[in-house]
Amino acid sequence: MSSTAAVARSPVWIRPERIKELSLIGVIALMLVVFSFLVDDYLGGRFFNRVTTSVAITAVLAVAQTIVIITRNIDLSVGSIVGVSAYITGEYVRDHPSSSALVGIALALGIGLLLGAVNGTIVAWGRVPAIVTTLGTLAIYRSWLVSHGEGRTITADSLPSWVVELPNRTVFSVGELDVRLIFAVVVAIVVVLQIALQRLRWGRRLYAIGSNPDAATQAGLPTRRLVFSAFCACGALSGLAGFLFLARFGNITVVAGQGLELDSVAAAVVGGVSVLGGSGTLLGAFLGAVLIDVLDQSLVRVPQVSEFWRNAILGALILAAVVADAAIGRRFRRRWSAEARPHTRVEPAEEEKEPTHA
Amino acid sequence: MRSWSRERSWEVLLALILVGTIAYNATQSDVYLDVDNFVNIFRLSIEKVIIAVAMTFVIVSGEIDLSVASVMAFSACTLAFAYDSGVPFWLAIVLALVAAAAAGLLQGWVIASTGISSLVVTLAGLIGFRGAARVLLEDRSIGDFPAWFGDVGRADFIGPMPFGLVLFLVLLVLGGIVLHRSVVGRRLFVLGDNAEVARFSGIDVARTKVLLFIASAFVAGVAGVLFAARLGSVRANIGEGFELDIITMVLLGGVSIFGGSGTLLGVALAIGIVLNLRNGLGLANVESNTQTGVIGVLLIASVLAQNALDRLPLRRSGADAQEAAA
Repeated sequence: MSSTAAVARSPVWIRPERIKELSLIGVIALMLVVFSFLVDDYLGGRFFNRVTTSVAITAVLAVAQTIVIITRNIDLSVGSIVGVSAYITGEYVRDHPSSSALVGIALALGIGLLLGAVNGTIVAWGRVPAIVTTLGTLAIYRSWLVSHGEGRTITADSLPSWVVELPNRTVFSVGELDVRLIFAVVVAIVVVLQIALQRLRWGRRLYAIGSNPDAATQAGLPTRRLVFSAFCACGALSGLAGFLFLARFGNITVVAGQGLELDSVAAAVVGGVSVLGGSGTLLGAFLGAVLIDVLDQSLVRVPQVSEFWRNAILGALILAAVVADAAIGRRFRRRWSAEARPHTRVEPAEEEKEPTHA
Repeated sequence: MRSWSRERSWEVLLALILVGTIAYNATQSDVYLDVDNFVNIFRLSIEKVIIAVAMTFVIVSGEIDLSVASVMAFSACTLAFAYDSGVPFWLAIVLALVAAAAAGLLQGWVIASTGISSLVVTLAGLIGFRGAARVLLEDRSIGDFPAWFGDVGRADFIGPMPFGLVLFLVLLVLGGIVLHRSVVGRRLFVLGDNAEVARFSGIDVARTKVLLFIASAFVAGVAGVLFAARLGSVRANIGEGFELDIITMVLLGGVSIFGGSGTLLGVALAIGIVLNLRNGLGLANVESNTQTGVIGVLLIASVLAQNALDRLPLRRSGADAQEAAA
């Protein structure tokens, strides 16, 4: 899976990440077809608008989480960062109604960046495992927010109108499909960061660290700074997700965003991102978030299925996705190495990573 | 055996923190040192600390089980659902435990046969088994269990201790013997240290992992039954978020998240610290959420302290000398 370099040189016509992304699109399409038989009046503008509005937050978080997971780390504090960012930004724009949208967004990004930098510092220079660090900061950020908020709620009607109306702003419409501003921004973020990860030295180095941290250090990469930068990027994006949370829900309590860390990991994993690091794409994570959201939004409309089945089906779906991914990956890898061998020098086996968690 | 001295020094540090916490709390409240108070501290978190013992085994082996709280709820809901459907109560308990073990079997089998990280599989389990619990009970709350069952959860069993606390202490002692004094335990440490080495030294890695996850889920199932007994009624959302508290206790106990090192004594001390700290902060009128923050700080600070200890030149030379002698 971490053999992107070898595969790129090999005569294989398509890269493994693309296959994962295409199969995700296939599964999403299949789901849409199945549900359109089960639900009357299913496919249409309203459904498209509902999904694109609700998926924005998890999509940004899935992308944020993926950047960290690629380096063989994990950030369990994203839900708490969303909460802090949404609440503090909400307070600020409530108390300064004349401030511009840019200030609000910059504040949310800044809060996220700061909290992400704290995580990154502890992981990179304190050498505390990421799962331990972010389990700790998950509790610390949230508990700070609860004592700061003292149980007060930020209400939608106290916010300036531009915040509350943001989710309904439409960039353009195709027929009855409205492309919301938020969704367009999220797609733009995914595309830009995807290119950055794929093309920039920074991005390639993140993959290198996740594939083999020791080798990356040996090769002279500034691993600590790179891991730090991944946590900063994740924090900033989570801060942005906090802003989207504020705009979407308007009413913000001190428990806002609780549990989103698991949703973000789930979306990334369904999107084909390996928790062992070094493999996975942001586009995949985005599609993973879309898949989960389509399922979520569709299940509630199937009359035969009660709402209580939601989590059971979601859990089964995640399990099926990762098992299928592992099975397909194994088969393709064998074929790729067989095809590639006569032409290029390829290591006999892509390293089978030990099945331990990082 | 470099890890030996490291683990010992960690346990001493934890013991000092624990004694300090208890001493400070004793100055804050007259009733603090009463046996009843100590029993009560444990009573309210008994399910978590029981699962923490099993979680220690899982993490030492280099795996993680995020699904424990959901499996606990799944077990309790199976019990309630079966009882509500007219199944005899003893059979309902058996079904609950079987359901939990089956949940562990499924997860362990997937982990062992596909090589997918346990973090991912048990994350799916966390969501899925919570979902299964919700399918069973929907938004109902089921109670009215037989009176003796409530006594199991609440009444004194031996001296002032309820059944759950006795079970915890028994598990702790048995677990300590198995983990630190038996072949099984040594194998788990080898597995956690290096799965490849474990395979080459003749350990059936797949089988060990399946059994490990069955055991973890079974203990979570027992905790679910105890939860039902203690609270007297069951809902699908019981114990949500417990997994993070449980993992925090184990990691604070000095168990390496990468597997292969840690002691059950350390975890027992960490459990003591977390429970006493919460209780003491509660007596000092610190809200429960600030307590969580304090425990978060403690968790990170503990690993930072461990790393700093490792860097001391004294310790390094001492450990090297021991290694040379071994």
